[in-house]
Amino acid sequence: MTPASKARFRKGERVAMSHGGGGRAMADLIRNIFAHHFANPLLDQKHDATLIARPEGRIVISTDGHVISPLFFPGGDIGSLAVHGTLNDVAMGGGKPIALSAGFIIEEGFPLDDLDRIAASMGEAARAAGMPIATGDTKVVERGKGDGVFITTTGIGVVDDAVDIGPHRIKPGQAVVLSGPIGDHGVAIMASRQNLEFGTQITSDSAALHHMVADMLAAVPDIALLRDPTRGGLSATMNELVDGADFGLIMDEAAIPVRTEVASACELLGLDPLHIANEGKLVCICDMDKVQTLLDVMAQHDEGREARCIGEVCADQPGFVRMKTAIGGMRVVDWLSGEQLPRIC
Amino acid sequence: MKYVEEFRDPKLAENLAAVIRAEADSAREYNFMEFCGGHTHAIFRYGVQDLMPDNVHFVHGPGCPVCILPVRRLDDAIELADRHGVILCSYGDMLRVPGTKRRSLMVAKSEGADVRMVYSTLDALKIARENPDKQVVFLGIGFETTTPPSALAIKQASEEELENFTLFCNHVLTPAAIRHILDAPEIDPEEAVRLDGFLGPSHVSTVIGSQPYEFLADKYQKPVVIAGFEPLDVMQSVLMLIRQVNEGRVEVQNQYARVVTREGNERAQDLVDEIFEIRPAFEWRGLGSVPESALSIREKYAAFDAEKRFEISEKVSREVKSCECPAILRGVKKPKDCKLFGNVCTPETPMGSCMVSSEGSCAAYWTYRRAETLAEMAAERDLEPAQ
Repeated sequence: MTPASKARFRKGERVAMSHGGGGRAMADLIRNIFAHHFANPLLDQKHDATLIARPEGRIVISTDGHVISPLFFPGGDIGSLAVHGTLNDVAMGGGKPIALSAGFIIEEGFPLDDLDRIAASMGEAARAAGMPIATGDTKVVERGKGDGVFITTTGIGVVDDAVDIGPHRIKPGQAVVLSGPIGDHGVAIMASRQNLEFGTQITSDSAALHHMVADMLAAVPDIALLRDPTRGGLSATMNELVDGADFGLIMDEAAIPVRTEVASACELLGLDPLHIANEGKLVCICDMDKVQTLLDVMAQHDEGREARCIGEVCADQPGFVRMKTAIGGMRVVDWLSGEQLPRIC
Repeated sequence: MKYVEEFRDPKLAENLAAVIRAEADSAREYNFMEFCGGHTHAIFRYGVQDLMPDNVHFVHGPGCPVCILPVRRLDDAIELADRHGVILCSYGDMLRVPGTKRRSLMVAKSEGADVRMVYSTLDALKIARENPDKQVVFLGIGFETTTPPSALAIKQASEEELENFTLFCNHVLTPAAIRHILDAPEIDPEEAVRLDGFLGPSHVSTVIGSQPYEFLADKYQKPVVIAGFEPLDVMQSVLMLIRQVNEGRVEVQNQYARVVTREGNERAQDLVDEIFEIRPAFEWRGLGSVPESALSIREKYAAFDAEKRFEISEKVSREVKSCECPAILRGVKKPKDCKLFGNVCTPETPMGSCMVSSEGSCAAYWTYRRAETLAEMAAERDLEPAQ
């Protein structure tokens, strides 16, 4: 926190019900924390609704609620996550970001210091992404009726008319490309939630992917599909694609990158990295002859340096995701049932 | 990852598969029971059976701690949370297993019971310390692997004189269950499962050693190989069993020698022995009442025994009708033989414990081999009228 920001609220001050009451306290909270960190011309219009100039192309819109414990974790916090999560959803539609809205539900008694850290991180992530926070909302709930802070963000972006991304364009013979190692985010969260120490710190992969996506689309405009394998991990994303479809997917276990420290943590806890959440990865489906072009483009970005082709779309066994195992067998890759839990023995 | 990647090496797997194919006698069938659900899932997760010749069969045994807990004991746990208002702590999988009328601990929780998932017995102790005005019960389940942590919790609670912590003890013993399976043909000829050897539970053996399985070779003339959980561990163990069968040898061999010794962890055994004693008999789901197959808390530590502190009512407990979990747990049937499999019973809507547990046979078939299993079931159904 900068010395100037220290004066914006009293040391040790906490969120009170009055901060959501619509009076002076709320106006002060918005001015001293949110407007301070989010400042941009759109937000500075100071209307109830923000006016945005009409862009060329189609509008893409996506919304996401962020409820994470702990709020601060290695590699990020709920603030930057709330920007990256929604921004990436917009990017997966092929959209270039225009603006973001942010709704906060804050629990009475939450330290203003922490709220300030979250808003600062959120403002920084939005600025870095070129996606201004154009409007927002603040509500305060009684102590015990929330979990610190919940943030809902809605992002809007614009998609070029030439881009057509969606499951309807998937067909057998196409390739599945993954942008990098899986499981970093989920294991980082789990480790900090359970106070587990693994010798090396595993950090979340939370990152904005739209710059890489823009370059990928510039090089290969006819990408069939983009998805970010967040909650439910790679297996959920792949299963969503085949659900009710007339094609199946085959992955190659040996080709799916998993960091050694993540794999070790999963071994120890009896978890499968395929089911673990990511926040800075994407899956891309494209024609097989475009794979190398895409890998070359992705390699120019930190977020895609370890990208690999991990499988292909198949015509047989439609509706199923299968995987050639590391030792040469085959198995189904299923949705996760309920919550992934460490083994008993 | 030292000691993990080495045991998933594709080249070594290919070589081992070739040796198994060469040494398996095509004139005979090999039926090997993997007692432990962890092996079942390793076999399915890595597609080990795809690398086996057609005459090598895996028979899935009752070695899943969640699967074998009878509905009555689960109903008792739910009653503890419901009627006695305790904080009931349990390992995760247990929460979803349906009890009588498909009511699970998770359902009880959603209805207001204080049921908490914990990762260790020490977490349950912590909850007890933090809630001195509430009684905290840890639902202890599992084989010899999870018993030492339960013993440690009681020991610690005793030393701290914690007055609000008890254990609902459902710890069971593997050798007694295996003995019971092998005695089954004598009890009921319909139950005869042809077994040519056992893949012995390795996590269990890290605690009790390989010695407790020697009766299988001596008395029952069944080869045993204590097997690790990596795919190459399983394949190498299968090869060791095939060689024993081919050569007419009957021994307890230890494939998992990097962790398991003949004597096991004697310190853990002493701790378990101090806190627990053998029950005369215990009900197993699928196996019925099995003599000397479970543990209860010794009188000295009775203050930490939930069964002694709380009065649990007599009640009628019922498993879901048509659920074949009991026969599947005995190795008599496979998941495809259950009419409910994939029909009304899936991991989202489990009818029996084998579909709930992450180590259950039905969950393994559903998760890793669903397409083939459903196709087999459809084919068998189509054949039925002609039979």
